[in-house]
Amino acid sequence: MTLTFIFNVVLVALLLTVATWIIVARAAFSAAVAFVAYGLLLALVWVELSAIDVALTEAAIGSGVTGMLLLGAASRLRETEATAVPAGRPLTSAVAVLCALIAAGLAAIVLFPPSIVFTLAPQAMARLPESGLGNPVAGVLFVYRAFDTLLEKVVLVLALVSVWSLAPDRFWGGVPGLHVYQQPNSVLTLLAQLLAPLGIVMGIYMFWTGANNPGGAFQGGTVLAAMWVLVMIAGLQNVPSTDRRALRYLVVLGPSIFLTIGLAGFLLANGFLAYPPGYAKPLIIVAEAALTLSIGVTLGLLTAGPPERVAR
Amino acid sequence: MTLALNIFTVLAVSAGTFFFLAGTAGLLRFPDALTRLHALTKADNLGLGLIVLGLLPLVERSFGALKLISIWLLVQLSGAIVAQLIADFVRRREPLS
Repeated sequence: MTLTFIFNVVLVALLLTVATWIIVARAAFSAAVAFVAYGLLLALVWVELSAIDVALTEAAIGSGVTGMLLLGAASRLRETEATAVPAGRPLTSAVAVLCALIAAGLAAIVLFPPSIVFTLAPQAMARLPESGLGNPVAGVLFVYRAFDTLLEKVVLVLALVSVWSLAPDRFWGGVPGLHVYQQPNSVLTLLAQLLAPLGIVMGIYMFWTGANNPGGAFQGGTVLAAMWVLVMIAGLQNVPSTDRRALRYLVVLGPSIFLTIGLAGFLLANGFLAYPPGYAKPLIIVAEAALTLSIGVTLGLLTAGPPERVAR
Repeated sequence: MTLALNIFTVLAVSAGTFFFLAGTAGLLRFPDALTRLHALTKADNLGLGLIVLGLLPLVERSFGALKLISIWLLVQLSGAIVAQLIADFVRRREPLS
């Protein structure tokens, strides 16, 4: 038994314990806190599997943004939680059965792998240099499966529209109800002043290095969003009203530029989302830069929540 | 020289782990939020600091050492400030008599 093996066993045991805790926790708030810890542990598992890109995404999106959204939802529901009617036995049993089936299916795939493993990895790696990208994950996201990536970003915009739609009619286009820390010049102000510049550099670096190293638009955009939310919560910058033109343009900037590059593929290359030979990398960098900005603004607004006040 | 550095690494990382263990024990055993915070910040500052210090001789390039030290500084910054915010929240909800 090597040390790595012991470490991995302990890691998996911890992961399962935290996962069980999330399910059995009575209060939604505790479950959300445990979910954040679960995401960070899962990120460590991805590091152990040498999937650094996935680990970064899990830590940033799975644990960070989703955790923040769940915590926000849990604290909003706190007052009604005590009086909420628990789900009936038939529903919980149905959920349990379905989850058990999914777990059994996944276990079957892992425990009894097919004898002939079909993989496109060698072909994908062989032609990766043509794109000019050094990171195979970026290659898959922006060359081989660019359509999936485009849809992913459009879904993010749709998610924001859905959150905004939760606002009552009179607050449509108003200011999101982000909880701002009440005391000015507190330690939180100091944190926002010190951390935000570092975080912005870090976010841009993560996007920039994503072409050749682990990183990319989503991870970088998430860090930018976190810095923006921190600055807003600390009260250093006002929460913008959602009818601001510039803000809405920023939200759709990334997906639109990506879509334009995709459509230009019909004229300049051999189809939708195809890049002209030799221009793949610069076009991908342009699309990624715009996407990083849009993801940052969209995730920040998602965290800020639906409009709750009329714009001043 | 290498032996001395290795011994240093083992000692420093062990000491760091001890602070994390002590911090966790404090988190589980101490009676209220403020004392638990006190235990946690020791783990963050001293524990992580000693682990980083112990790992420094193992880093091959000086850039890696810089990264390790900045991780420690960033955790110090956020840990100390979040502890202050939680303490502030607790104090305002249940003022000391």
